[in-house]
Amino acid sequence: MKIGVLALQGDFALHVKALARCGVEAVEVRKPEELEDLDGLVIPGGESTTLLKLMEEWRFVPALEKFHAAGKPMFGTCAGLILLARDVDSPRQASLGFIDIGVERNAYGRQRESFSAMGSVELDGEPHRLEMVFIRAPRIRRAGPGVTTLASHGDEPVMAREGSILVATFHPELTNDASIHRYFCALVAEGTREKAV
Amino acid sequence: MSEELNGLRIADRKHIALAEMLKGGVVMDVTNAEQAKIAEDAGAASVMALERVPSDIRKQGGVARMSPVSKIREIQKTVSIPVMAKARIGHFVEAQILQALAIDFIDESEVLTPADEHFHIDKYAFSVPFVCGCRDLGEALRRIGEGAAMIRTKGEAGSGNIVEAVRHMRAVVSGVKRLASLGPEELMTESKNLGAPYDLVRWVAQHGKLPVPNFSAGGIATPADAALMMQLGAEAVFVGSGIFKSEDPAKRAKAIVQATTHYKDPDVLARVSEELGEAMPGLEVSKMAEHERMATRGW
Repeated sequence: MKIGVLALQGDFALHVKALARCGVEAVEVRKPEELEDLDGLVIPGGESTTLLKLMEEWRFVPALEKFHAAGKPMFGTCAGLILLARDVDSPRQASLGFIDIGVERNAYGRQRESFSAMGSVELDGEPHRLEMVFIRAPRIRRAGPGVTTLASHGDEPVMAREGSILVATFHPELTNDASIHRYFCALVAEGTREKAV
Repeated sequence: MSEELNGLRIADRKHIALAEMLKGGVVMDVTNAEQAKIAEDAGAASVMALERVPSDIRKQGGVARMSPVSKIREIQKTVSIPVMAKARIGHFVEAQILQALAIDFIDESEVLTPADEHFHIDKYAFSVPFVCGCRDLGEALRRIGEGAAMIRTKGEAGSGNIVEAVRHMRAVVSGVKRLASLGPEELMTESKNLGAPYDLVRWVAQHGKLPVPNFSAGGIATPADAALMMQLGAEAVFVGSGIFKSEDPAKRAKAIVQATTHYKDPDVLARVSEELGEAMPGLEVSKMAEHERMATRGW
């Protein structure tokens, strides 16, 4: 099983470390052809406008569409979630649209309003408390009928899944709790097993 | 605000986290909304608001202060990426104003005229993060000890000459390597020699890295300069006069963003370095008088 981390800009190195804690050796991805032999991809936190420009420049969109069509799992945190969402507001910008959610960028405010909080995540039916760090975070303002909420802060969804696409508005890669990365690795492993059958 | 990291007092984790999010990116100096838009369109991860770019401060002289409030608001309204702004060394009231404006990162910067010749700002007193310049490991650890959530090597701002940026980055990187090679009995003496807090010296010796991200600034004028700093160990770059004092700022800004991402790929670097127009004119740093150097401000 091989997982890539999009390394155009952002905290990709922290995701590589988090995946290593799950016993998975991750590779940094800077060009679309590097997606070819991967089974899963993480899109990290960073600046979504920067990531978008670099993705356009390198024609990542068709390669990612192919990756998604093959059912290969993707996990986006913060900026990664913004790129994977169907609709993006504040300001409006292009996105991949792989998960049926509408998001508002920087929805809590600027860095002064960044925060961390304890929240509950439910992976495989088991509720689990963990620390969530929100950095100039987006908010999920709408979720389609096919979208399952996996974690909430207050009464708002902060982590969600639709099929092979997993997203979080917070940064599990910033804390030592590897449960969310383990969940994603299991999703990728499941996909590779299905392919083998 | 501060965080205890295994008993170590450093900047709040959420502030260090924002620095983590900026890694692999380019922070561009801008003086107005129009430049900020060009920077964002080119793929800047953040913009730095300042009154004048360093090469103009050099040329025009006079006291360089925090950017006017109206300019900062105009820049904040124009872009969605984080907006940083510079405050004078020791000028905690400029910092208070920048905090009131909800600036995302305050740069306590040697590029502006220092307000205090003895003390830097107590950065723990603020609810927004600070980045500070350094020339070596001791200076980096003093600023981290005061609460900086990010460090940038100083280089020589407004010179268009990379030599000082290289000197300072090499000094920090080799300083960290040296600490990691020392035995526990050597660390107190090292702390005294570096003029750096003992707890931070011990942390760096144990972990072989700084507890906050380290970016590079001061003198980057070409895509090759940006990639050089990344290969030497910078985790992101600041570009000041290098963009808006060049012939084609939009094109050069975009090329420097590409070079910072693909810093290990000479084929990409060759391609983005083509047909950029004239770079900013450079200055010979070794011929500068001591009072013309910005890097020696702060301690």
